Amino acid sequence: MSEAKKSTPVNAPVLYDEQNTFRGVSKRLFRENKIAVVSLIVILIFLLGAVFAPWLTEYGYEDIDAINRLGKPSKEHLLGTDELGRDVLTRMLYGSRISLLVGIVPTVISMLAGAALGIIAGYIGGRVDSIIMRLADIMLAFPSMLLAMVIMYTLGDGIINIFLALALVNWASVARIVRSETLKLRETEFVEAARSIGVSPFKIMRRHIMPNCIPSMIVLFTLNIPSAILSESSLSFLGLGIQKPMASWGLMVNTGRQYLYTAPWMSLAPSIAIMLIVLAFNFLGDGLRDVLDPHLKKQ
Amino acid sequence: MKKMTLQVRDLCTSFFTDKGEIKAVNNVSFDVPKRGIIGIVGESGCGKSMTARSVMRLIKYPGRIVSGSITLEGKELTRLTESEMANVRGEEISMIFQEPMTSLNPVMKAGRQVQEVVMLHRKVSKKEARAEVLRMFEKVGISEPEKRYECYPHELSGGLRQRVMIAMAMICRPKLLIADEPTTALDVTVEAQILELMRNLRDEIGTSIMLISHNLGVVAEICDYVHVMYAGRVVEQAETFELFDNPRHPYTIGLMNAVDSLERKQAVLDTIPGTVPNLLGLGEGCSFAPRCGRRTGRCDQMSELIEVVPGHLVRCHCHRQEVR
Repeated sequence: MSEAKKSTPVNAPVLYDEQNTFRGVSKRLFRENKIAVVSLIVILIFLLGAVFAPWLTEYGYEDIDAINRLGKPSKEHLLGTDELGRDVLTRMLYGSRISLLVGIVPTVISMLAGAALGIIAGYIGGRVDSIIMRLADIMLAFPSMLLAMVIMYTLGDGIINIFLALALVNWASVARIVRSETLKLRETEFVEAARSIGVSPFKIMRRHIMPNCIPSMIVLFTLNIPSAILSESSLSFLGLGIQKPMASWGLMVNTGRQYLYTAPWMSLAPSIAIMLIVLAFNFLGDGLRDVLDPHLKKQ
Repeated sequence: MKKMTLQVRDLCTSFFTDKGEIKAVNNVSFDVPKRGIIGIVGESGCGKSMTARSVMRLIKYPGRIVSGSITLEGKELTRLTESEMANVRGEEISMIFQEPMTSLNPVMKAGRQVQEVVMLHRKVSKKEARAEVLRMFEKVGISEPEKRYECYPHELSGGLRQRVMIAMAMICRPKLLIADEPTTALDVTVEAQILELMRNLRDEIGTSIMLISHNLGVVAEICDYVHVMYAGRVVEQAETFELFDNPRHPYTIGLMNAVDSLERKQAVLDTIPGTVPNLLGLGEGCSFAPRCGRRTGRCDQMSELIEVVPGHLVRCHCHRQEVR
């Protein structure tokens, strides 16, 4: 005991490198990418709007005001009214609930499923890998919008079915990316070191591989949300998503289309909202990727 | 006879590629005596690391152990199932790797990674495991163990990381420690500290050590017995002093001449011409022959290991007469 203690302890300086902790990332994001920060604020505003919709407007999203049909934007109705005299701003606030929910929930489901399958395929390899990846290939071979439409058509409309359809369409690309990440990580020395001390494959996947995939998964997450929002909008626009009288941005664009010349605000307002949120998520995703991916850093 | 911790007999490990079989480890036999430190030296690609990984059974597809036996205190490792082997790893045999920079998980706290080993092999609570890790950190010379426990690997220096790796490898008091070039990535002063640490831990815990290195200085410093490997085969084996005093195999002699020394007044170091041959499609002959200055007609046929002095074995025809 005393023998071993004698060996000189090394007082090495502790390097506080800028790492991927929450604080480090947000700091770098602020310093290097102003657009991403603005995007984050935009997203937060939309989220707050969705949560506090009932307090932000005096109208209900189904309140019909027959006298004020297709009303121009005014003091009472900031973004005008639609063909039944409903307040467009109110409907947009309530619609953002659905759009954001549809953006986030199926993305989370597809991320979790895709990551789990990708890690299993990448780490175990062999036949398991072939089966999972061929399934993913089959999913990717279909045009995703068409596939989502078919699923919605068979299952019927409703928000749960939209979640299912979008999750089913998206897991394959997540699995692909996570698998390639896993293949890289599997060959690293710390995974071999973990194996050499007897850690079971399942634990290696959960504790050593998964946490190392998280940076790329965050980026993927922010980039997949806008595509889910757009898909929902398209489905609703085509009449396969949210049904009247519920409000969703896609649906509002669709109804507004018929009044494009007489009341352009009806479809313009939700279109701009879709554009803003999609751009915001995309910019945030780009910003996060620049900050989290060490290969892109400081070029 | 000394008690042996590990006995390896006629171990063959091959990789089966599209181009053919690559015999990475070819009929290798060696013993690691209890509390002993043996060294395996050779150039890059001569099969040292593959020998170590074979003992751990960590050979990746398309490689596999073809034949031979590996016994750890009477337990035949080649016949264990994968889950039985997982219990042996970390508990009875453990390994430290060359690159302390990459052999720790970057997103896990150093202490937690060592704790994981304890939790895996011992039925203890998290608190007890943590206490044990802190004790071990102190034992391997990590100052301020409490603080280092909470550090991520990138916050530690190379020497400290290698100490964490050693703590991880030794915490379950394994019977055998395989050190695969443990000091190659470290600078010389830290190297000396790490070697001293390994020797101290051997004395204290009673672990046998199998040291793999291409650095003859490291091997001379710490090992009792040395095996020289070339192209997957052991070409010479002897006790350390005997080997360094009387190297017999032309390859060993070449290696020794390629090391700088203060006594030798020489401007340019000797080198061994050529490189390690491609292990794919090795012929019948001695694999060192193409680079050997003492090549004769007999070298078409691989020599067996010849005992020139008791305990000193050489795989070369040029020592055949001395025996007769």
